[in-house]
Amino acid sequence: MFKFRLYVAGDAQNSVDAIANLTAICRKYLPDRYDIEIMDVFLVPARALADGIFLTPTLVKLAPAPIRRIIGSLSHTALVLQALGLEASAA
Amino acid sequence: MRGPTKAPTGIAGLDEMTDGGLPRGRTTLLVGGPGSGKTILALQFLVHGARDCKEPGIFVAFEETPKRIVANAEGFGWRLAELQRKSLLFLDAQPLPDLVHAGNFDLSGMLAVLEAKIGAMKARRIVFDALDIVLALLPDAAAIRREMYRLHSWLVAHELTGLITLKSGADDASAVRHPFGFVQFMVDCAVILNHSVVLGVSQRNMRVQKYRGSGFHENESPFLIGKDGFNVAVARTLGNSDAKVSNERVSSGVKRLDTMLGGGYYRASSVLITGFAGTAKTTLSGAFAEAACRRGERTVFISFDSDANEVIRNLASVGIRLDRYVKNGRLQMISARTIVGSAETYLVRIKTLVKEHRARCLVIDPVSALSKAGNELTANSVAERLIDWSKAGRTTLVCTRLLDETSNQFEGASPLQVSPLQVSTLADTWIHLNYLVQAGERNRGLSIIKSRGTAHSNQVRELILSSAGVTLADAYTAGGEVLMGTLRWQKENSERRAHEITEVAGKHKRVMLDAEAAELEVRVKSLQVELLAKQVEKTLLARSTESRKGELSQGRSRMRELRGADAALRGRK
Repeated sequence: MFKFRLYVAGDAQNSVDAIANLTAICRKYLPDRYDIEIMDVFLVPARALADGIFLTPTLVKLAPAPIRRIIGSLSHTALVLQALGLEASAA
Repeated sequence: MRGPTKAPTGIAGLDEMTDGGLPRGRTTLLVGGPGSGKTILALQFLVHGARDCKEPGIFVAFEETPKRIVANAEGFGWRLAELQRKSLLFLDAQPLPDLVHAGNFDLSGMLAVLEAKIGAMKARRIVFDALDIVLALLPDAAAIRREMYRLHSWLVAHELTGLITLKSGADDASAVRHPFGFVQFMVDCAVILNHSVVLGVSQRNMRVQKYRGSGFHENESPFLIGKDGFNVAVARTLGNSDAKVSNERVSSGVKRLDTMLGGGYYRASSVLITGFAGTAKTTLSGAFAEAACRRGERTVFISFDSDANEVIRNLASVGIRLDRYVKNGRLQMISARTIVGSAETYLVRIKTLVKEHRARCLVIDPVSALSKAGNELTANSVAERLIDWSKAGRTTLVCTRLLDETSNQFEGASPLQVSPLQVSTLADTWIHLNYLVQAGERNRGLSIIKSRGTAHSNQVRELILSSAGVTLADAYTAGGEVLMGTLRWQKENSERRAHEITEVAGKHKRVMLDAEAAELEVRVKSLQVELLAKQVEKTLLARSTESRKGELSQGRSRMRELRGADAALRGRK
């Protein structure tokens, strides 16, 4: 089971793109094995501050270990897969 | 016409350069190379705001952890821990090293976080330190531009006084690295720091490159990171040049020199003593320091040549006893031989020392030390500012300047033209010491070249140092030449001899005259006696004549009697 937390900044273009890209990747490579929690930094700034989120969007892979952080709109699928350790399934 | 209101930085010099501080509610860019002091300046700006202006601030650190920044700034005595509790916030915004970026991102998250914090603590100032770190993560120039504009408009919208620091390119200190160049055009104010090493001496300079809607000093100003932070050396602005003038005189420590100057130096004036090595410049300035201490004035004596104890010992040999004033704390002797640095460093240290000692009199021996290797360019302006500063602070300044021995020292005029440091034109009083070599001797001559606002003696005097102290002696001029030392002594001696001879001759003459008079008097007396004798003789003569006459008649009648005296008898019968 993959647990993701995605920090977004309201409806900023990069954030909107990130949500779409993440969902697409999960559907394709992790069908039914994923859980996405979306945090809007505008709504929970204190939380973002506590988590050290300054750049949006930021994707945090909470599980499985290790925890990874990926920033950006996740448009670069290959990079995202590599960072998540999913290259094999992409191939 | 009013420009933007200013947010003072609390940095001496920078506020003067910018006529009050950074533009309030706008963005300022601070550019500098590595180690140029960007972070310290930015932090000082926040500290001043939080502590003295009731403007809480946020420091967003992209390059260093806030912990390290706080630790590094510990030495400045800003009491960051205390401020951090409510009016100063550090945000650690360092991108994690293992961060993967996949696609476009923006700073909205950071701004959202900041927005919440700003609302909570009512922050008015914000610093983005080393913003280039995060900008470098952005994929292209367009993204950088977009994020910069986002940041800028966010700052403007929140009316925050923002300070963004960026690293400058390695080669050109004034230019921001290529992809961020546009930032310089976007901001309202840009300040550039640079750090260079000239002939082994470190020089830090600050320049305000632009300031929308306000005047500013355009020149590069040297600055120093001192004990309490930044210190920018700004040439005095015209506005505060009217230092109060004083008619009070302070003794030079040499009685006859005071007389020559019409009472001494003016209080808060600057005195320059020039001369070659060994012409007693230090002695003369020491005499001044001693006199100041004797009056009870706190004094700082800065020696660039020798150790403080050496100076004290050497001056004691000519009867200038400074040790007791050092002991009672009135006099502070500083050997600046050990201070290495630019002329600016010296100036700042001198200022600090004088301020800390609350000195009214300052001696710098020699001020020419400021123009040591690497400092030639700035030494003049430093000396100038030193004089201005001491005048403004009502400090009486005596500085010496070593003249080059190799220049022709035997002609009174020529060495004075050698003016490596233009203190001479700024100093109020200029005393020149030189040697006069004559008849196998080298004697010290003192002349007052100028003394503003004072009628002063035009004569060269001989400076005599002895264990009893420093005195001046009249120099004889013989046939247009000044006589000193043995020649003067000889001249004095021969004059004394001549004087004695005339005196003796006079005495002799007087005795002779007395004798003559006495003789005459005796003669008068004897004549008088003679006269008396003559008179007596005359009387005697008269008397004897009379008596003879009487006797004669008597005798005749007697004879008649004796002869028969018929007539008489007849008469009687």
